[in-house]
Amino acid sequence: MSRKIVIDPVTRVEGHGKVTIRMDDDHRVLDTRLHIVEFRGFERFVQGRPMWEAIVLVQRLCGICPVSHHLCAAKAMDVVSGLSSGALTPTGDKMRRLMHYGQVFQSHVLHFFHLASPDLLFGMESDPAHRNIVGVLESFPEIGRRAVLMRKFGQEVIRVTAGKKIHGTGAIPGGINRNLDIATRDRLLSEVDKMLDWAQDALAIARGYVEDHRALVDAFGSFPSNHLSLVRETDGALDLYHGRLRALDAASKPIFDMLDYCDYHKVLVEDVRSWSYMKFPFIRDLGPETGWYRVGPLARMNTASYIDTPMANAAHGALRAFSGGGLNHSTLANHWARMIEVVHCVEEIRDLLHDPDLQGSDLVARGERRLEGIGVIEAPRGNLIHHYRVDEHDQVTYCNLIVSTTHNNEGMNRAVKDVAIKHLSGQARITEGMLNHVEVAIRAYDPCLSCATHALGQMPLQIEIYNANARLVDRAGQCM
Amino acid sequence: MHVIPGNIDQTTARGRKILLIGYGNPGRGDDGLGPALAGAIEPLGLRDVTVEIDYQLTVDHAMLIAAHDVVVFADAMMSLDDAYCLTRVGTEQPATFGSHQVTPGAALQLAGLLFGNVPSGWILAIGGDAFDEVGEGLSPRAHGNLLLATEFLIGWIPALREDADGLGAMTE
Repeated sequence: MSRKIVIDPVTRVEGHGKVTIRMDDDHRVLDTRLHIVEFRGFERFVQGRPMWEAIVLVQRLCGICPVSHHLCAAKAMDVVSGLSSGALTPTGDKMRRLMHYGQVFQSHVLHFFHLASPDLLFGMESDPAHRNIVGVLESFPEIGRRAVLMRKFGQEVIRVTAGKKIHGTGAIPGGINRNLDIATRDRLLSEVDKMLDWAQDALAIARGYVEDHRALVDAFGSFPSNHLSLVRETDGALDLYHGRLRALDAASKPIFDMLDYCDYHKVLVEDVRSWSYMKFPFIRDLGPETGWYRVGPLARMNTASYIDTPMANAAHGALRAFSGGGLNHSTLANHWARMIEVVHCVEEIRDLLHDPDLQGSDLVARGERRLEGIGVIEAPRGNLIHHYRVDEHDQVTYCNLIVSTTHNNEGMNRAVKDVAIKHLSGQARITEGMLNHVEVAIRAYDPCLSCATHALGQMPLQIEIYNANARLVDRAGQCM
Repeated sequence: MHVIPGNIDQTTARGRKILLIGYGNPGRGDDGLGPALAGAIEPLGLRDVTVEIDYQLTVDHAMLIAAHDVVVFADAMMSLDDAYCLTRVGTEQPATFGSHQVTPGAALQLAGLLFGNVPSGWILAIGGDAFDEVGEGLSPRAHGNLLLATEFLIGWIPALREDADGLGAMTE
């Protein structure tokens, strides 16, 4: 009897998604889909708001990476304010970078320790009652404590640069509204070496997992694809805050390189499919079949020529060597890449804290007012694009956002299918552990499927299995 | 309002540090009730009261929770006939876990696991109606419920300071 399996919602990801897997009478996987079941509607929400308010408002897109939206919107409004993209004062640029590195650091730590590590430390098919962060804390309490303290450090960096831990107001059109006083700097500096040590330990865990499970990693959601990210304009180095767009094909050949991100709409197209609220972007010249691409930590490791902080650069070299010198296409290698970025962020934070420009007083730059602005940033989950039009009364009249998870939509769908075929096909009885393989593939991309309304009693965890007649034959679930 | 004491060990220590965590997404209508309540309490500068406002409960709150004697989790609740509902909460082992899925009971458990202290816990659920639309602002009923819940909490905090249960100050 053919079946349809539904994983709804996918757990240990940010927001809500649903996976359907259709199987034929011989239990072979026919098709899979990752559905995004929430409608974000934020673009419309922002319209009519003053441009300065949009920078604060867009943070409500997400409770996990609000700073990325804050900074990306600010970069777009810099352009509206008449600046060339990235042309801030040194203090403005470095304060924003400090904020961004704090954000990426704490977001990656959250994902690795709280969401991904249970699968890596205990195994994908281990007892689900223990395969969670509480299980990790019980078995590895020091790792759990470090995770909380690392998050706290990152959030403190955000608080002192953005003004608040959430919904900060630090970035404003044309710059920043504060600098960093010496006492705060010294307080952060007193912890930064410890953070770097712990980041190195986390990197060793992630790298060790990939190296020790090479056969699994090479076969798990591994498929050739294009990769896209910002890279530094001058030399192609990893740059999470600002740069130009680079897209490489699966063989590492440039599709475009050093493209001004204000021209993103000339090279990227957003496809729409009836079964998902989330669009499917692709590279215009290649078309939807071959033009889809992946973004995020692994994509950045693939596109970056090098990393300009020594420890992260050494780790980047090790990943490259592990991948035979070419691009790495393994979904699970994202964890390794993510921890390289954690190391990079602490190195950047440490270097910035020693930079006297953070105590500068020239905070804002201005130019000739424009009616349109585009900002692009490398958010924790990958490339993030904000595009606004603003009228002469400073009101937003148009907003288009392409978030990292949207860029990765096709890649995640392909990863789900690959894993489902390899781990579910031919199985008459589908176990929780098998289904968790599918979730592990999605989770590796750290998708933010949009922030959830989470009022009490609103967190169902449900897996449903249907037969060919669309009749529910099994269910496992609970209300969180 | 409803007061539902849970099956939790009673404690009698004095001079308690109280933590109020108001959480929810103010960009989702009545889901912002928790932050709105915390936002109403914070400017009062009440003695022994720490106010934390966040999008959601996360593992990170464990450290802050463990540093207090009493914690009040303020959140919006759907399908609540009363204006608000106060419930005791103890530690709980979640069957699954995510950054959006840390329940008050799990947060208490994490506080104990990671930092060695489990304070007395209360959930102050405030009734709301409008959760689906993206947009700021509370519905009229949620706004009224917020005023009632705020008034209740302000009146209850002195009792909580003296006694983690604070039940002596309550009337149905």
